[in-house]
Amino acid sequence: MSLLEIDNVTLRFGGVVAVNKVSFSVEEGEVFALVGPNGAGKSTLFNLISRIYDPVEGDIRFAGESLLKHPPHDIAKLGIARTFQNIELFEQATVLQNLLVGRHRHRKSNFITELLFTPEVREGERLHRAAVEKVIDFLDLQAYRDKYIAGLPYGVRKVVEMGRALAIEPRLLLLDEPASGLSVEETQDVAFWIEDIKKQMGVTVLMVEHDMHLVSAVSDRVLALADGKVLSLGTAQEVQSDPKVIEAYIGGSDAPEREVA
Amino acid sequence: MRTVFKTSYDADINYFRHGAQAAWYMLLLALALILPFLMGTFWIGEMTNMLIWAIAGMGLMILVGQTGQASLGHAAFLAIGCYANVLLQERLGLPFLLSFPLAGVIAGLAGALIAMPMTKLHGIYLAIGTLAISILTDDLIVIAEPLTAGVVGLFAPTIDILGFQFDRYATPDRFYWLVLFVAVVIVLVYRNILRSPLGRAFAAVRDSEVSAQAMGINVARTKALSFGISTAITGLAGALMGHFAGIFNNETFNIIISIQLLLMIVIGGLGSIHGAFFGAVIVALLPQAIAISRDLVSGLVGGGTVAIPGLESAIFGALLIGFILFEPMGIYGRWLKIRTYFELFPFYRKDMFRRQKSYLKTERMR
Repeated sequence: MSLLEIDNVTLRFGGVVAVNKVSFSVEEGEVFALVGPNGAGKSTLFNLISRIYDPVEGDIRFAGESLLKHPPHDIAKLGIARTFQNIELFEQATVLQNLLVGRHRHRKSNFITELLFTPEVREGERLHRAAVEKVIDFLDLQAYRDKYIAGLPYGVRKVVEMGRALAIEPRLLLLDEPASGLSVEETQDVAFWIEDIKKQMGVTVLMVEHDMHLVSAVSDRVLALADGKVLSLGTAQEVQSDPKVIEAYIGGSDAPEREVA
Repeated sequence: MRTVFKTSYDADINYFRHGAQAAWYMLLLALALILPFLMGTFWIGEMTNMLIWAIAGMGLMILVGQTGQASLGHAAFLAIGCYANVLLQERLGLPFLLSFPLAGVIAGLAGALIAMPMTKLHGIYLAIGTLAISILTDDLIVIAEPLTAGVVGLFAPTIDILGFQFDRYATPDRFYWLVLFVAVVIVLVYRNILRSPLGRAFAAVRDSEVSAQAMGINVARTKALSFGISTAITGLAGALMGHFAGIFNNETFNIIISIQLLLMIVIGGLGSIHGAFFGAVIVALLPQAIAISRDLVSGLVGGGTVAIPGLESAIFGALLIGFILFEPMGIYGRWLKIRTYFELFPFYRKDMFRRQKSYLKTERMR
């Protein structure tokens, strides 16, 4: 059984078909990349998995269980963490607080014990902090621990957002363009981290990425999308040399009107 | 500048960051405790009023500053707390020790209940919706005349706790200490919220609902909880206000009070306990400051004491405009800057508190 199964999913916004009968599955322990030109439906797929959108038809299953009967805030509890394309951090909070929000899934106290701050709450806080410190060490964020997000440079925010997703301790990590806007060195760091997330933490990664160097370096399988439809599935090499993919990116003889993506 | 050497995670969990900070706050508390021996009856009354406003401010701050939900209707919950407290004492004969916390619970439940449909609204629409609550409550008090005595109003009885009388006029010192005790308890509860998962869930909802949801936070429930806790604290402040005023009717908690409460926490500094207190100082002491300066002016220029209607509101409004233009972080924000200036002297830079513009938000769903 695959960890994540996208089964014949369609989503329409009015007349626009954003995702058109897409099916694929992500196996436990692999790094799976989604590529495609802008507007191909990659981020929309992420938002479907996060239950921000309801598919018109089809099913999404995680570990054999349909996600469609769960409200959006249940997704993290099931073990799916995500980052956002344009960074959705909690701006007026510190890096530490942001990462600690990731621990919300593991919260054992309720609001009454928290108002009184009982010893159990304190113990819980210590445990959450210890878990978050592991993420901080993993991503080298020590220097930024008590800094407010609003004052951090873009590259660091990207890393913090990945850290927040890791603090959830997910089974499946959705990374929406983890390397966009990063320098070459920072992108290399991201590549190493993704490798370690897969190998050391045993977390399955599903990512959307435009940087084909990064995609080829880390992903086991790649799925190319265009106009909401599946174009090609295989290794990075196979997908990149697929004529249909080349056509979607550069434009073929039968599609002269398409702009270069 | 002080560098704190942290040796355990508890250093970040405790109330105080270091011993010196704890000592300063203990000194402040000690000063607050001996205040009745330093001040006359009139000023103790003013200080009591200020503390009650600070409690109400903390209530609203949890909602606006911590959770990012606007409310122009908090006078309604002052009213609910006030009426509940007095009616529970008069009609059911409950002692203050029971009626007071129950008043908070009733106001909290009312707030959570109203929040359920309300928090589907955002920004200006939420403000309008809560404004309507405030207007509605005013009218409901008049309509429910058999219970509330409508425009005639109710008298608040003298507080009796285990045989000790707490009266605004007969024993102002005791009343002050009672209010101070409640204020300190609320500060501690507020701090507990900030340092626990609940406070972080509030901040998450404030800063990005979509990613709060992705972190497993139930946004609707968190907002309702924030409303409930906020209105409960406001209700407690309302109960104290009733005892402080002695007599109250529907006009005591009109829309102006709602607006004043919101302006107060903006001027004080959104998102901090200090802000609620700084704002309360302005609201409670401004009328006195105006009266004193008017006496001074008329003493210099002559012409007796001429009352200028609306002067207080005008100055309050001008203050607000000034703060929004020049110090959006409020008095507390200014205080932080001044403190940093002296801590780092002479290395303070003007741009130290400038924050980077936030980046494009992800497609804002719904």
